[in-house]
Amino acid sequence: MAIYRTAPWFQGVLLGGFCLTASVALSYGYKLTAPAIERAAKADLTASLDQVIPASLRTNDMTADTVTLDTDGGPVTVYRARKGGEVSAVAYRVIGKGYGGDIVIVMGVDRAGAILGVRVVQHSETPGLGDKVDARKTDWVKGFAGHSFANTPAAEWAVKKDGGRFDQFSGATITPRAVVKAVKEGLELFAANRARMIGDAKPAAAVPATKPRSVS
Amino acid sequence: MSKVSARAVAILKDGLWTNNVTLSQKLALCPLLAVTATATNGLGMGLATTAVLVMTNLAISLVRGVITPQVRIPAFILVIAGIVTLVDMAINAWGHELYKVLGLFIPLIVTNCVILGRAEAFASRNGPFYSAMDGLGMGVGFTFVLTGIGAVRELLGSGTLFANASLMLGAPMRFLETTVIPDYKGFLLMILPPGGFLVLGFALAAKRMLDTRDAKKRAAAASEPASACH
Repeated sequence: MAIYRTAPWFQGVLLGGFCLTASVALSYGYKLTAPAIERAAKADLTASLDQVIPASLRTNDMTADTVTLDTDGGPVTVYRARKGGEVSAVAYRVIGKGYGGDIVIVMGVDRAGAILGVRVVQHSETPGLGDKVDARKTDWVKGFAGHSFANTPAAEWAVKKDGGRFDQFSGATITPRAVVKAVKEGLELFAANRARMIGDAKPAAAVPATKPRSVS
Repeated sequence: MSKVSARAVAILKDGLWTNNVTLSQKLALCPLLAVTATATNGLGMGLATTAVLVMTNLAISLVRGVITPQVRIPAFILVIAGIVTLVDMAINAWGHELYKVLGLFIPLIVTNCVILGRAEAFASRNGPFYSAMDGLGMGVGFTFVLTGIGAVRELLGSGTLFANASLMLGAPMRFLETTVIPDYKGFLLMILPPGGFLVLGFALAAKRMLDTRDAKKRAAAASEPASACH
């Protein structure tokens, strides 16, 4: 073995060489995959929007027609469906605090404030119990469709155990309670910001949101 | 059988059973406990780990002559992390459906001590072919333990086997999905982490029992000719 291989400077040069090689490989890999990843992320978004807003209500590309609201919980991107130029429905993301952390929910609301659809897109709830809020497991979350503050008073936006209108699951109350609360807050957000959400603001323009009524 | 293939078979057998990652080396227990709530997740994690293990073993075996002993650990980690990141990006880009299910687990593979363990114990001392074989054997051995433990937990916990396999592996794999016990109320403990510990404990005990029995048999076979000499 050559003597320089045990010298301290060689170790540095060697590691540096490895870092350089790894960086080159990673940046090349990133460049290669970035367009496909972006396409896939957009397809995911479109797919989740498709589930909460029926195709008959829109003729536009919702992912390109957005408005951003600044709420207490951070910015909320609102995706707008248009039919004949007029905004027919909006979709946005709300977060519930579940048993196993955040439950990410996408909900679609029509002009009148009635729910078109709700889907849980990401959660870490207990398998077999709380994960029944996932539309792939049970139809529970589809029960929100059609509800609005007009036909379901604010006091009844709760699970049956709490005197509300929505079913809980046997053995799991925290998860459905969290989802119901998040959807209710989503409707409150819509009620408070309806004009901005369905108005004709420039796409992606950030506007401060009115604080939704506090819930409890 | 030629010498080369005999050695390859011995390496594969070592990974699959004799020196199995979880059952004998007792490594990688963290991902094991985390993902084996269902057989499907176990299988997915196992396959992803196998792919990474083959690639890292191969890569490290190829550069083993360059790396000095003093910096081998950071160099191995760099190679492993780089390859896992590339695999992560590749699956996200070209196998997006798979990524949605496995995405969470792939970055975890970096922290799987088996990968570094095989790099250090095997790939840094052996040629590329045998190193890849070792990665394959160890990976498949890990996969079958993950899938097995996942199957037991899923069966006892929710009464199904390979639920949602078609979501992860594509529609052709739907035949794997079976409901073994209809109207099963579920046994939550098995799905939660304690169930993982329980099943793992039984699996380790079974492996040890079989090994002890094998050792006794071998000892008995060895002592017989010796007594015949008298």
